[in-house]
Amino acid sequence: MSAATLAGLTGALLAGLGLYGLIIQPDPLRRILAFNVLGSGIFLLFGIIARRGAVAGALADPVPQALVITGIVVAFAATALAVALLVRLSGETSRVDLRAELSGQTRGDGADD
Amino acid sequence: MNFALNLLSVATISVGSVFFLAGTLGLLRFPDALSRLHTLTKADNVGLGLVVIGLLPLAHGVLGGLKLVVVWVLVQLSGATVAQLIAQSIRRNGPSA
Amino acid sequence: MIVQTLDIGLAALVLTLAGWTVLAQATFPAVVSYVAYGLLLSLIWVRLFAVDVALTEAAIGGGVTGVLLIGASSKLRKAALSATEQELTPPLRWAIATLCVLATLALATVVLSLPDPSPTLAPEAVQNIAATGLGNPVTAVLIAYRAFDTMLEKCVLVLAVVGVWSLASDQYWGGAPGAPGAVTWDGALAFFAQLLPPLGILIGIRIFWIGADEPGGAFQGGAILAAMWMIIMMARLAEAPAIGERWMRIALAAGPIVFLGVGILGFVAGWGFLAYPAGFAKPLIIFVEIFMTLSIAATLPMLVAGPPIQAPRP
Repeated sequence: MSAATLAGLTGALLAGLGLYGLIIQPDPLRRILAFNVLGSGIFLLFGIIARRGAVAGALADPVPQALVITGIVVAFAATALAVALLVRLSGETSRVDLRAELSGQTRGDGADD
Repeated sequence: MNFALNLLSVATISVGSVFFLAGTLGLLRFPDALSRLHTLTKADNVGLGLVVIGLLPLAHGVLGGLKLVVVWVLVQLSGATVAQLIAQSIRRNGPSA
Repeated sequence: MIVQTLDIGLAALVLTLAGWTVLAQATFPAVVSYVAYGLLLSLIWVRLFAVDVALTEAAIGGGVTGVLLIGASSKLRKAALSATEQELTPPLRWAIATLCVLATLALATVVLSLPDPSPTLAPEAVQNIAATGLGNPVTAVLIAYRAFDTMLEKCVLVLAVVGVWSLASDQYWGGAPGAPGAVTWDGALAFFAQLLPPLGILIGIRIFWIGADEPGGAFQGGAILAAMWMIIMMARLAEAPAIGERWMRIALAAGPIVFLGVGILGFVAGWGFLAYPAGFAKPLIIFVEIFMTLSIAATLPMLVAGPPIQAPRP
């Protein structure tokens, strides 16, 4: 089993782990963490495709590598936005909860404090 | 000459990894946070220094060797700073921090 | 044999850390193990001979995301988590676990049954690289062959910053965010933040410059420059800039605007939108990359710092 295949299988396992964490975890920050694990597992799958595309001039196919670099940066941007939303949500409601309405919980609508 | 250099490299890197192992053992076995911090910073820095010394004969020229030494210095710098920060936090908030 | 052991050991470490990230009880250990996981993952990328990706994963995936998540976990520690855990009964957990195992098996089957002379774009990439004047095929793909994707990615970064800023209260618009991580003043950190940035800026510029011919590039160099600015802000040697400042907005927008400008220049001059003229390609590419690096170095700390929390000074 070559290094590339082992990395691909690791990527598949990471994707499964990340998916499990994304669904199971109640805390949204843990979900963001699991989402990042899932994303990096999928990127590893790109990596094996890049490595198998090696040819005389390049040790690995450069196009999937470029896609993964773009993906890492965009995943970071999405994580930053998700974290900012989460911090704002916890600041507003002093709890971290993704359920829409809780009985008896009312805040002034539209009034910023 | 080449064989002797390679042997020296392997020996030094092995001793370095023994230091790393000792540091990790200390991390797992020491009783409280401050002593764990102590083992991490001391043992890991010495281990990294030995690994860098072992890699110097294999480096690409003088510039490559210089880069390895700069890596070691930067790791020491950042390790020392983080150790200070963690120790300050432990002193402020108690050992459960 | 030794190399096989290294690969298996790396994979086992990475899977253990990922398992701990997903399944740990407390949040802070999970975040710390995610940072370690990102750094070890970059070693796997080196084993796949994708050094540019390894640099990006270590810098952005492990480093900057780690700062973001550690800051978030400390800000969210005080917020109470409502009791939703008991909604997931054990049979439901087993069902979800089975679903994830099936997904893993499907991906593993795909991995093991990839076609053997695998289709690849590497020959075309390597053949045409002489026209761009670059030596690194990944940089050529990013800036020359698939320049449109990279330009859109820069736009996504700007949109993310606007999204983060829009979460501020109305009266804080135009003010300054808190420092990323919001660390109180500390002598050791201030010393470190005076010692490291000169060297770090040199290293960042070098990694950006060397990306034309060797592994490196604008994203990796820009991430290191961003880290240097974040260290300075975290040590309180400089305050986070107000988001209404003109130089901040220009720095953020410079990357996509220059990229788009070069593309439109190509369209107007006749050699195609986002194409480069033969013979003058490399200077144009370096010109675009300089502004990309500047933009990334400005964007990443603003994304980590978050929305403004104080009113703008008049």
